[in-house]
Amino acid sequence: MIREWFKSGSPWIWLNAAAVSTSLILVFGLLAMIAVRGLGHFWPAAVVELAYQEQNGQQQTIIGEISDTEAMSAQRARDAGYQFSDAGDTLLQYLIKTGNRDLTGMDFRWVLAKNILQQDYPREIMVVERREWGNFYGYLAAVKEQGKVVASGPQAWPEAQQRLERVLRIVEQIEDLEKKQIGAINYDLEKLRLKKKRLQLEEQWNSDTEQQLAMEKKAYEKQYAELQTELVDLYSQINRDSLLAKAAGGRELEIPLTKVVRIYQPNAMTLLDKIAHYLGKGWEFLSTDPREANTEGGVFPAIFGTVMMVLIMSVIVTPFGVIAAVYLREYAKQGFVTRLIRIAVNNLAGVPSIVYGVFGLGFFVYILGGNIDHLFFPEALPSPTFGTPGLLWASITLALLTLPVVIVSTEEGLSRIPKSIREGSLALGATKLETLWRTVLPMASPAMMTGLILAVARAAGEVAPLMLVGVVKLAPTLPVDGNFPFLHLDRKFMHLGFHIYDVGFQSPNVEAARPLVYATSLLLVAVIIGLNLAAISIRNRLREKYRSLEN
Amino acid sequence: MMNTNPIGSQEQPHALPVQETVETSPQEAVSRHRTHGVDSASLSAAKEDKTLQDEEICIRVEDLNLFYGEKQALFGVTMQMPKQRVIAYIGPSGCGKSTLLRCINRMNDLVDSVKIQGQVLLDGNNIYHPSVNVADLRRRVGMVFQKPNPFPKSIYENVAYGLRIQGINDRRTLDETVESALRGAALWDEVKDRLNDNALGLSGGQQQRLVIARAIAIEPEVLLLDEPASALDPISTLKIEELIYELKEKYTIVIVTHNMQQAARVSDYTAFLYMGELIEFGATSDLFTNPGKKQTEDYITGRYG
Repeated sequence: MIREWFKSGSPWIWLNAAAVSTSLILVFGLLAMIAVRGLGHFWPAAVVELAYQEQNGQQQTIIGEISDTEAMSAQRARDAGYQFSDAGDTLLQYLIKTGNRDLTGMDFRWVLAKNILQQDYPREIMVVERREWGNFYGYLAAVKEQGKVVASGPQAWPEAQQRLERVLRIVEQIEDLEKKQIGAINYDLEKLRLKKKRLQLEEQWNSDTEQQLAMEKKAYEKQYAELQTELVDLYSQINRDSLLAKAAGGRELEIPLTKVVRIYQPNAMTLLDKIAHYLGKGWEFLSTDPREANTEGGVFPAIFGTVMMVLIMSVIVTPFGVIAAVYLREYAKQGFVTRLIRIAVNNLAGVPSIVYGVFGLGFFVYILGGNIDHLFFPEALPSPTFGTPGLLWASITLALLTLPVVIVSTEEGLSRIPKSIREGSLALGATKLETLWRTVLPMASPAMMTGLILAVARAAGEVAPLMLVGVVKLAPTLPVDGNFPFLHLDRKFMHLGFHIYDVGFQSPNVEAARPLVYATSLLLVAVIIGLNLAAISIRNRLREKYRSLEN
Repeated sequence: MMNTNPIGSQEQPHALPVQETVETSPQEAVSRHRTHGVDSASLSAAKEDKTLQDEEICIRVEDLNLFYGEKQALFGVTMQMPKQRVIAYIGPSGCGKSTLLRCINRMNDLVDSVKIQGQVLLDGNNIYHPSVNVADLRRRVGMVFQKPNPFPKSIYENVAYGLRIQGINDRRTLDETVESALRGAALWDEVKDRLNDNALGLSGGQQQRLVIARAIAIEPEVLLLDEPASALDPISTLKIEELIYELKEKYTIVIVTHNMQQAARVSDYTAFLYMGELIEFGATSDLFTNPGKKQTEDYITGRYG
């Protein structure tokens, strides 16, 4: 009976199905966990006000979001010094995000469920998202202008919102001024300085050039001074208003509106408000720069850096890999040497990525970059231009890392092109090069794309080598901006993978940053999937065009 | 066995003068062949007897030896192929028919271990001379393979391929050549409305005719056909045979075939190869009705092969 069953092959089918479903469950489980933990971060959680009895019997008010729940065994609680009368086995405790780090010195605290005397969700509780010190939880007491109260009580809330809008508008103007306009002038001034040094190096520095440069410099400085007065004006406007807030326990705090990103009353929000808030926060995450040591704000520079690096890597690795594969498969005499090269290429794929990082730093950055600096940018020395980790070197290092994948799959594609097609082309008087160029390579292009897809998937997820060759925690400028030559390959950049590592392990406030780790992970996966889908759709189009391999 | 085979010496020169066969339309002629298969009546009716002495020789093979590595595949083949005639190679599998055919446009060069001795003269010039440009040679000697091998491009681009290789990109020249080549390959009426469709959507017979169109678009002098109908159904085969009949007015055609009826139907001259040697070469009607060698007779009467 059992023998029959084995012979029928169904156990084998069950085994296969089980393996497939296990993989699917793992993948989807992983994605679901990341998604739930990451996406939940932006939802405006209800803020609770607790009347809480401390261990020493003192009563106190706590305001905050419940961010975690844990059951602690009674034994552990006793060991930790808690005293309690009833002999329950476990104790429920909550992790409360209390914020107000500037007042209490900590963001989070655990409370025991049984010591909670009273639990309320007052509608007036206000959450202030600040540029410094994390969130503030408490009540709005009044709105001040130049230190004088202009609104208090129920009028304070709409007034605060109105004034915040104005401040945010000004902040935007200031950012535009500082980053774009003043940034551009600084960039030009730096170029002017380098030009002067170059002229001096080339011994063409004379009174003519000196005068000319001085004039240019004067023009820039004049522009700069104008912008500076504008900026000072804006700063004086922005510092006008502030909020007077009352924290839990009645402590009052004055929060200047400049330091505020957003205020909201989560307990008073309708579902629609919450959705709007959620989308707003999500967009902020995608589109703005990080704040507070990367634990707040957005990750736009990291997304940009990741995509940029992958694109540049693709541009480098594809031609290189394809050319190498064409030589190996089409021109090289097949034999011992080509076999040796193939083995070497395959082994290259197995080298740990950090080794590539070390190689990239040693060879590309110091040797290549150092020499480029000496040859082309002597005026900037001793400060390096290309002799320091940057986008170009990171892309090249990853291109090297993914080269084997492209070579192997291109070679496979080339070997799949039927001999009859090549002969057909040669018989029409085409040379080998023309045959390759007009027929073989287009037909092998889907295979090249497959190689590129694998390369992109590997490169976008790589972190270790990047830490050595160009990724930084916080890059002041994007590698692409409005200053000529627009693409700055020498700049350092941010990367989602490194961002996850940084937020998760290097952050001063781990508990607050944890949801961001999940959100960033989800984003990284989404970026990789997006890049892959783009490549896959190109490949499918090519396949459709050249589907002839079946006969 | 003999290594060389003095052509014509075994055959009696026929008295009839050489004339072009223009008495019937090609279709009629071929359809008559088809119904009769190999029989002497159809052979003599379809073609007038010719002798090599009277023909203008296009390709001369002189004492050709070919080795794949250590193994010799052709043994001292010597033959003369006349201009604007159809020459068929017959013989059992592995006898060197295709190898000999591929010597004429140097397709054997693509095999790494191949070694060739002797000469092949096209219009009096040795094509194995070091100064010969192989791409130019292949432009003059077109080839059609056993399995249709259109490129994964549009019908139009397939036919225009050879011209584009030569650097001709003028739209009007291309249009005209593509049309005349497709007409020449009797495919124009079937594809004229879908020239931009992928060639791989055509049927096998159409693909083979497309490949022929592709080959004649660059106006070669010689057309080599390597079992062009072996992968096709009878109706497509018939169309290809009709086409061969028409094409010989302009081109010298060398065809390899397994099918003796086909050789009898389409060719003017037939060469019988066996084990890499040319056993017999002569006018098709002679070879089939009155074979000079025992081996040839055994083969065409079906005693081996």
